Amino acid sequence: MKTEVLLGDEAVALAAIHAGIRGAFSYPGTPATEILEFVERQARSNNGDAVPVASWSANEKVAYEEALGVSYAGRRALVSMKHVGLNVAADPFVNSALTGAHGGLVLAVADDPGMHSSQNEQDSRFYAQFAKLPAYEPANQQEAYDMTLAAFEDSERHGLPVMVRLVTRLAHSRANVKVREQPVQPNPLGVVAEPKNWTLLPVNARRQFRGLVEKYDALTASADSSPYNDLSLAGKRGIICSGIAYNYVRECLNDDHSLLRISHYPLPAKLIRDLVAHCEEILVVEDGYPYIENEIAGILGSSGAKIRGKRTGDLPATGELNPDLVSAALGVADRERPEPCTDLAGRPPQLCQGCPHTDSYHHIVEALKPYREAVLFSDIGCYTLGALPPYNAIKSCVDMGASIGMARGAALAGVHPSCCAIGDSTFVHSGMTALVGAAETDTNMTVFILDNSTVAMTGGQTTMATGDQLVKLLEGLGVDPDHVKVIEPLSKYHEGNVRIIRREIDHKGLSVVVSKRACIQIKRK
Amino acid sequence: MKANVILAGVGGQGILSIAYCLCNAALKRGMNFKQAEVHGMAQRGGGVVSHLRISDQAIYSDLIPEGTADLLLSVEPLEVLRYAQYLSPGGAVVASVTPVTNIPDYPALDGIVERITRFPQHCLVDGNHLGTVAGSGRAANMVLLGAGGCRLGFSLAEFEPHVRALFHSKSQRVIDINCRALQLGALAAKLYSEHVEAGRTPQEALQAVGEIPPAELTERAAAEAAASGGVTMSSGR
Repeated sequence: MKTEVLLGDEAVALAAIHAGIRGAFSYPGTPATEILEFVERQARSNNGDAVPVASWSANEKVAYEEALGVSYAGRRALVSMKHVGLNVAADPFVNSALTGAHGGLVLAVADDPGMHSSQNEQDSRFYAQFAKLPAYEPANQQEAYDMTLAAFEDSERHGLPVMVRLVTRLAHSRANVKVREQPVQPNPLGVVAEPKNWTLLPVNARRQFRGLVEKYDALTASADSSPYNDLSLAGKRGIICSGIAYNYVRECLNDDHSLLRISHYPLPAKLIRDLVAHCEEILVVEDGYPYIENEIAGILGSSGAKIRGKRTGDLPATGELNPDLVSAALGVADRERPEPCTDLAGRPPQLCQGCPHTDSYHHIVEALKPYREAVLFSDIGCYTLGALPPYNAIKSCVDMGASIGMARGAALAGVHPSCCAIGDSTFVHSGMTALVGAAETDTNMTVFILDNSTVAMTGGQTTMATGDQLVKLLEGLGVDPDHVKVIEPLSKYHEGNVRIIRREIDHKGLSVVVSKRACIQIKRK
Repeated sequence: MKANVILAGVGGQGILSIAYCLCNAALKRGMNFKQAEVHGMAQRGGGVVSHLRISDQAIYSDLIPEGTADLLLSVEPLEVLRYAQYLSPGGAVVASVTPVTNIPDYPALDGIVERITRFPQHCLVDGNHLGTVAGSGRAANMVLLGAGGCRLGFSLAEFEPHVRALFHSKSQRVIDINCRALQLGALAAKLYSEHVEAGRTPQEALQAVGEIPPAELTERAAAEAAASGGVTMSSGR
């Protein structure tokens, strides 16, 4: 055993490497990005050895499918993403429960309670239950490592993909972790022997689903004896906590509360029933949605102990947990502390000095000024900061690639000019498919692709179609080459760029204006 | 030993480098630590904060509970005020007075400094000035590490190897700048506290330190560091 200093994300990545993965697949997204970045760095330092493969895929669905292909071939794979990325990968995720896993397949998903860098705080544990797949929820960096190793073994033992669920405060927190000296032997190549199990025609799918239901029932029954769920009965006041919430409970409490610690799903029903029967009241502490609380109390409430938590207002219904919220909910006496300074000027994130998006927005906003009905839809990336002063340029941001579809829908509804701004990486992720339809029907709209040659917000990962390649791609998707314009966003070209943009706005059909200049952060790397 | 440290600053000021040195110094002593930080949208030129906890016992929460921070260490004056509620009754605030005014409504610096000086234990250093004396304003983060790190019970010599490791891919000149910044921060903090204890106002104390000729300041800083536990630097600037 040796000791390494690792972020929660990195602990998952190192465990996967030590589990002998053939490949790791991902799309950048805070707070999961560092998982694949770690595998990438390890792979680079392996003296040019091509294994494990570390692949930034076009989007999370592709990443999951690539990992599934590795699993089909009998080898182990890690796929990682942020919580909303699982929405994109949901199709292969849910259906991989029916095909099952052949080589061990682990999905590491990092949720973002409190939305530090996301549009929502959805809780991936629901996805595991929905797909009928087991999940681990580590509380600390050591558990993130240990449970990921266990997840690969479980995946092959049960023949199912396994989820490991992190949250931001674990993903992005560093600690010393004891790790294996050497990886395990990787699996040899060996494709599935029964391809009919992986071919989900209804006749096969029905059989596979029946099998999945049986497996999940068996997993539910054995959850009570999992070493990762722990019940200790003591006093009449009880606590159920999962994942990182355990840390906050232990931080402020070490007395005779009864405690059920959950780190392994499906939920341990018998342990929960035993606790509810034993206690008078139970506080449920979980970082995310009130998933466990809902499962226990549901509509009818509990016939035993009174259940308290987010649904009862004992903990806030939204936002992330912290030790102070938990100690207040537990009735721990308040500590002396200075008054918070609530009158301080905010310092929100902003575009870097010299960012090409600044100039792009300057051109676009100027160009759109005479058009009072104009709407500029937008998307996810650094350029989303164009919603804030001094730009106040963009009027929407919903999900990856939404800008193009929304612009088309609004155009069909009569909005003119209907425009959108999307980044080059976001475009490849899920803008391309919307553009095909807009091109086919030559919808009257203008798409601005802000091509800065990188995935900037997440730290500068490589992007797939930039520059000339991007232009060729646009023409290949059916956009009229006469209405694909490339401009360089610089103040010295401001007037010329505004003219070009206005011509395309006035064109009564689809136009794509590529605003191309490299991110200044990658130039510094 | 047990320490809870809030590290604050503006995105790009290098507070994670401060954290790196503190974590590794703790690790070298066989201590446990947890260090939480923010990435992504939470960083872009906005306020950034890192929670760092060191202990010889098990550490549970990655986040520091309010009222338990032993040290609020900030490379920017406004940012340290954001975390006032974390300070423990005996805790100290160590901050640079060099403002980063990348927001339109940045308040008057005098007012910010005055609020910092109201904390029972505080120390102010001019991060940009001292970094420049060391060779680069960008070394302000190492200045703050020198100014505040030893309050936790570490010696400068314990940080030094990690400062070197941080910049090992850069030139020796860059390594030396940052090592000097570390030493200058420690000396400036000591002098500031001495002036304030002697009855001077915070402004007077800062001014007194700021008026010391750079060459003299650098020499004294190196001598102090050597006396307190062995810091070796390559020759040449």
